[in-house]
Amino acid sequence: MAEVSEVEVKVKKAKEPLLGKKNRLLLSDPLNDSNPITVQVLGICSALAITVKLYPALVMSISVLFVLAVGNVIISLMRNVIPNRIRIIVQLVVVASLVILVDQVLKAYAYDVSKELSVFVGLIITNCIIMGRFEAFALANGPWKSFLDGLGNAFGYAWILLAVAFFRELLGSGTLFGFQIIPTSWYITEGGVYSNNGMMLLPPMALITVGIIIWVQRARNTKLIEEN
Amino acid sequence: MKIFRNLLESVKPQFEEGGKLEKLYPLYDGIATFLFVPGHSTHSGAHIRDGIDLKRTMITVVFALIPALLFGMWNVGYFHYQALGETATLMEQFGYGALKVLPMVVVSYAVGLGIEFGFCIIKKHSIEEGFLVSGMLIPLIMPVDIPLWMVAVSTAFAVVIGKEVFGGTGMNILNPALTARAFAFFAYPTFMSGDKVWINTDGGAVVDGHSGATALGELAVNGTTSYSPMEMFIGNIPGSIGETSVVAILLGAALLLYTGIGSWRIMLSGLIGAIVMGLIFNAVAPHMISEAQQNFMAVPYWEQLLMGGLIFGLVFMATDPVSAAQTNKGKWIYGFLCGFLAIMIRVFNPAYPEGVMMAILFMNVMAPLVDHYVIEGNVKKRKKRIQVKTA
Repeated sequence: MAEVSEVEVKVKKAKEPLLGKKNRLLLSDPLNDSNPITVQVLGICSALAITVKLYPALVMSISVLFVLAVGNVIISLMRNVIPNRIRIIVQLVVVASLVILVDQVLKAYAYDVSKELSVFVGLIITNCIIMGRFEAFALANGPWKSFLDGLGNAFGYAWILLAVAFFRELLGSGTLFGFQIIPTSWYITEGGVYSNNGMMLLPPMALITVGIIIWVQRARNTKLIEEN
Repeated sequence: MKIFRNLLESVKPQFEEGGKLEKLYPLYDGIATFLFVPGHSTHSGAHIRDGIDLKRTMITVVFALIPALLFGMWNVGYFHYQALGETATLMEQFGYGALKVLPMVVVSYAVGLGIEFGFCIIKKHSIEEGFLVSGMLIPLIMPVDIPLWMVAVSTAFAVVIGKEVFGGTGMNILNPALTARAFAFFAYPTFMSGDKVWINTDGGAVVDGHSGATALGELAVNGTTSYSPMEMFIGNIPGSIGETSVVAILLGAALLLYTGIGSWRIMLSGLIGAIVMGLIFNAVAPHMISEAQQNFMAVPYWEQLLMGGLIFGLVFMATDPVSAAQTNKGKWIYGFLCGFLAIMIRVFNPAYPEGVMMAILFMNVMAPLVDHYVIEGNVKKRKKRIQVKTA
């Protein structure tokens, strides 16, 4: 696991504004400097598996957003009563209940997507980002901060997922959210010269796309480059 | 030559430090050393250096590829006219093929070298001519009918993801040319396999009874092939542009072996590996359930050698000095498995009519592991020798 550059939050008696500087950092840091996928390299499996199309990626992002934000708050509220030795089990119970909730809602209102996401909704339970945030943040911070941290990390996860899905759907299927973007008259079958890139639909290309995002990110943000 | 020398000397100040085009120095350096033997020498210690540098090595391989290229051009034209049921002279056939193949060569070189030069200028290191060979190999392992932009995309992918991300020439894990082909194969499967892509008809109607399937394509479907061994040896069969003619490839192989640039260990062990797998298949063929598979496995082992890209892959791809195993013992193991796996994949996996690409790419990945154990084994042997002496 990459080094977690944890934002040190000092316990202060003085009241902070709801969206003070430090709290804003909780939201913005995971988008770039400590992005769960590209910097900490967590939650890679779902990033590879469900980014073929934008819509499932969006639904997955929202599910993770819900589980992570709400879960963080619940764990944070319970942090003083959870016995240290069984905290992982308690965390698992919380995540599992939330994931079951999400799964049931998806099955009821978005059955097709739920089928497409199949096992990956259930696998949110084992998503390293969620357990990681519970362990690293929610157990040591208050509910509001934990909520912001959950949102920030979920957004960090979501934008990578959506970026990967954007390129995979556009280049692999020629569509975005199911709408044809590349004119059909360009296709070879229609007399044009273009053809979809089938490799974009295969998981290896998701890995390479994530790699390219990491490449671009590190080229722009040089403090992420490790020194040898 | 004098003209080039004078020209280079006259523009040199502009590229040196403080000059107007300082940033483009790698470009100047690349062209200058491409035309003339570079003037620099080692600075410290005593070295015995061969006069041959990377550029001469690469250009020798390009020379070795020329017979296959020329034959491929003729072959493209030959099948074009045959499929349309027209008669044409040898020169017409060759000319037509050249018109189809040369643009692919130009696109592959332009895209590949363009990206390499760009990276060299950004990263400020001198241009390595590793791409000279890859740029020639890429069109030779593509079907003739593939659109040029696909060649360009595959080349770009191979150079950037296959090579530059690892640190450029000499650092790549995979053979760049095969990376390009693998990319095209998975990205645009309908243009890379089947029985329509190997022959260029320019949209014209094909005469009745003409099949454009490759020998391996036919074998995978019905277990027999309509091409005679002699045709496969000479190479007037459909296939990727450069891979069909065993004769032309062997000419190139002779040059590589004579100059010592291609490893004879890899070529020989690859051949042995393919023969061993072929013999195993011949032995077990009668016990297979499906008839097509029975027939495919019963194809004599020496005929397996003539089909598909096996010889081309073993001579020009497996011997790539960067991605192959480095130790001598490792080369034997690496080459053997290249040939062995190539035949195995082509017979067992109906999705891949030819297994050479997969086999070599797979062994590229495994080569460092092979080397590791060869070196470990050597260390162990020597340690034992010391213990025996001291005991």
